[in-house]
Amino acid sequence: MFEGLIKILRSISPVKFLIILGVFTFTIFCAQNVQAKEESSISDSKEKFNPGKFVMEHVSDAFEWHIATFGKTNVSIPLPIILHSNTTGWNFFWSSKFKHGTAEYKNFKIAKGGDNDGKIVELNDTGEVADLPLDLSITKTVAGILVSVILLFWIFLTVANSAKRNKDKAPKGLQNLIEPVIIFIIDEVAKPTIGENKYEKFLPFLLTTFFFILISNLTGLIPIFPFGANVTGNIAVTLVLSLFTFVITTFSGNKHYWKDIYNPNVPWWLKFPIPLMPVIELTGVFTKPFVLMIRLFANMMAGHMTVAVFVSLIFIFASSMGDMTGYGVSVISVIFSGFMLLLDVLVSFIQAYVFTLLSALYFGMATEENHS
Amino acid sequence: MVLATFVTPDYGTIFWMVIIFGIALFFLGKFAWKPIIKALKDREKSIAEALSSSEKAKEEMAKLKAGNEKIMTEARQEKENILNEAKKIKEQIVGEAREEAQKEGQKIIESARQQINTEKQAAISDIKKGINELSIEIAEKIIRKELKDNEDQKALINKILKEVKIK
Repeated sequence: MFEGLIKILRSISPVKFLIILGVFTFTIFCAQNVQAKEESSISDSKEKFNPGKFVMEHVSDAFEWHIATFGKTNVSIPLPIILHSNTTGWNFFWSSKFKHGTAEYKNFKIAKGGDNDGKIVELNDTGEVADLPLDLSITKTVAGILVSVILLFWIFLTVANSAKRNKDKAPKGLQNLIEPVIIFIIDEVAKPTIGENKYEKFLPFLLTTFFFILISNLTGLIPIFPFGANVTGNIAVTLVLSLFTFVITTFSGNKHYWKDIYNPNVPWWLKFPIPLMPVIELTGVFTKPFVLMIRLFANMMAGHMTVAVFVSLIFIFASSMGDMTGYGVSVISVIFSGFMLLLDVLVSFIQAYVFTLLSALYFGMATEENHS
Repeated sequence: MVLATFVTPDYGTIFWMVIIFGIALFFLGKFAWKPIIKALKDREKSIAEALSSSEKAKEEMAKLKAGNEKIMTEARQEKENILNEAKKIKEQIVGEAREEAQKEGQKIIESARQQINTEKQAAISDIKKGINELSIEIAEKIIRKELKDNEDQKALINKILKEVKIK
């Protein structure tokens, strides 16, 4: 019987073993802590864990860059707040003046709840919300964008330098890592979709977009400052990216492209008296970049959320069934979070590729000469 | 409520994103993509050139080889020609020599025959002379013996002698 058990244990891989161990401990602590739960739910009620809030805070934008919380002290990097108020003009100060959103400064404060939840509002003398100032603050997302762009500059200026220096030589190091990806974008994305003789004009945008999205996606997965900002999971960022695609598509659209929209090659009764096809085609012009925006945003947001949900599971169980349950669940949660993160690495590449490929397709449609 | 804040793009973020991404697009386009793409193209071109030049060298080699072969066959042909010519010349020389020898032989024979003829003529005339003298002697003797007898007989003998011809 003992030998049989060892045989079974040997056939189990380490990963499976960890999962089984996690489930095992989880069930044991669940059984043991039913009693404890009753007691703790009363004592912990004042700082009960709110998973919804935790997940939302994790993925949403903020005026400061939160790093860690030790006990009751929040450690965060203050970011610059830039406001323009109708009464006091331009205001520049650090977000640390708000003391993590608890204090007000110069009549400004971060609203909590209500219509302006999370926004900076201006108060009048009586302490009531008077106005919403123009808010151009460098938020966590903007800082994340800056980090991505700085990384972009660093990587690609290095590559460009070594490309210039190593002329007619085999590429080395970073250049060797990046060049195949650039060649992939040129040969597999730009050339087949846009065409041999027109693709070069669009290359700078396609390459910048691809690497910006890829780097933002990947740094978003690293939970250590200065990375970890949810850049591509922010709809404003994806909106601007797809806006660039939209503007470039629209401005590079040739006669053929516009003719296909306003007077497509369909039976006449689809165009007259009700211009059904033109309306559909014109809608398509706007839905294409809109879908680009939503796809990238939703994918990255969902990835971040799922990881946050798995992590918050630990605290849900810990607060509802006791600390030991939390420890037990943490094993499963960490495994699942790790799995999700690895999946997100894949998703990061896929989403960057898909965004670039679809942008290139739209450029290709806009510059296509004939259907033949 | 909470979801609405997520799907509402923040204009501040849009503002900064447009500026930062626009700057990144411009400067990367100018200082990164341009040299990188240029380097990639140059390398592609140089590789293509190297390949084509190696192909050319291969072709040249083949051509050279074919040339060598041609020269070899030509040399062989030349050798054969020379040999043939030599054989012909030899045959000609031999033929000529034979002809010459034949002619010379003919000449010698001819001259020998002439010599013989002259000798013969001389011999004949000698013999004729001898016979004449002999005949005269005979005739004298006969004549001495018989002439007195017959004048007519002497005339007859002369006539007969004249008619005698030694062949």
